[in-house]
Amino acid sequence: MTGTLAALGAGLAVIGAGIGIGNIGSKAMEAIARQPEAVGDIRANMILMAALIEGAALIAIILAFFVK
Amino acid sequence: MNINLKYIPNVILPLLFAAFCLVSLPAFSQTGHNHDHSGHNHNHDKGHQQQPARDKDTHPADHGDHGPCPHEEVGQFDAGATAFHHIADANVYSIGPLSIPLPCILYSKDDGVAMFSSGKLGIGHHQTGHKAYKGYVLYHGNIMRVNDNSFPKDLVEPVCFGYKMKKDAKGHDKKVPTAIYHGKTYDLDANSTFLGSLVGGGITSFHDFSITKNVMSMILMLLFCLWLFTAVARSYKRREGQAPSGLQSLIEPVFVFIQDEVAKPFLGPKWEKYLPFLMSLFFFILALNLFGQIPFFGGSNPTGNISVTFVLAIITFLVVSFSGNAHYWEHVFWMPGVPAWVKTILTPVEVMGLFIKPLTLMLRLFANITAGHIVISIFVSLIFIFGNDGATVYTGKALGASVASILLGLFMMAIELLVAFLQAFVFTILTASYIGAAVEEPHHH
Repeated sequence: MTGTLAALGAGLAVIGAGIGIGNIGSKAMEAIARQPEAVGDIRANMILMAALIEGAALIAIILAFFVK
Repeated sequence: MNINLKYIPNVILPLLFAAFCLVSLPAFSQTGHNHDHSGHNHNHDKGHQQQPARDKDTHPADHGDHGPCPHEEVGQFDAGATAFHHIADANVYSIGPLSIPLPCILYSKDDGVAMFSSGKLGIGHHQTGHKAYKGYVLYHGNIMRVNDNSFPKDLVEPVCFGYKMKKDAKGHDKKVPTAIYHGKTYDLDANSTFLGSLVGGGITSFHDFSITKNVMSMILMLLFCLWLFTAVARSYKRREGQAPSGLQSLIEPVFVFIQDEVAKPFLGPKWEKYLPFLMSLFFFILALNLFGQIPFFGGSNPTGNISVTFVLAIITFLVVSFSGNAHYWEHVFWMPGVPAWVKTILTPVEVMGLFIKPLTLMLRLFANITAGHIVISIFVSLIFIFGNDGATVYTGKALGASVASILLGLFMMAIELLVAFLQAFVFTILTASYIGAAVEEPHHH
């Protein structure tokens, strides 16, 4: 039972991270369209931000691994 | 573009340091000692299901080329367990159909240090041995110990394997492998209680400091990086002022990319000091990621092992902590310019942040690489799932599944190629940003 709950929790965390990374992607695309000359900086920061959000989701997933 | 390629030779020293840390990593993954010495009757196993007991397996005619041991009961095909087994570490290096023995360095409280090659235990089918030496046996590529002092300590054979069901601490049924020697069944201790799962560690009766296949792959990749960078550095000295050629053309764009996109923007004026560290991290992780993707060669998965990423994150944590200036530590422990009651909330959060940063570095690399490998394993497992649990793979369904699994597997491997570069880059850029935050000088108003 706790395993199922943990899996649901991990899924919720992934939904949150997905929304977050989606927002980053959409805003980065808008920014690149507005200022194509800054594409390098925007891309690097986009990846950095996505990685930070991913970290939060990963903690949830690893916790779900341990709760059995 | 300002190219400072004189730093390439500087990469070598930190690489050596990283190698030292990584080679010593098995020490991190094994702790403790099991006090459960079972000196009682081994014939009376409490568990219900033990040795292979299927009718067809007990017929001597069915033994075939499996020697004196009965056919090991496979049970139903478990795709998850198979995937985890294939990304786990092992004491045997496999290249295609070859199983190359690796040195084992083992320590147990009862018997002291034992050093021998895993080939001594006889690597057979499924990388399972049929001999025991000093109480150690080889089971599915992993060294295990017979946790019983009455077991002979010399080289003995034949040793067979079975399993029994045991309740773990939480009351779940757990499959525990057993060794059968001269009709007696002995409990086996794995080198970690999490054997077959992703995480090392746990309490068993022995410590494993062996050169496992992950360690072997890291040594190989370390030597490769050393060779690559010395060769490139040499050609920069030789061809000074000329256009790059050969290996230089391979390394230079990547090197300059990390230097200009990662080191300079994040580290400010101090970027030169940390460039060798960042470059070592990037190229070592990239090499391990790519090497871990080669099918049928080594089958090792170093960056998908949490001990490896743990050590890499620890190195980053130490570098950040020792580079931190007073300004950085003040912002961690006593944030200036906020009311005192806010500080009581902010300080614990910032202190937690100190440890969460390397923790997420560790988990991100590990989880990304592991997830890709598991997905590929599951795609391959589809063949056996559709082929009636591996009983008949020559059916139409299994053949259809193999076409699908090859296409899906190729697609996943293409994605993993991207992930290999991306995760090496992300690890480096995050390390750079953490160091950058730690060495930033206060702004003067």
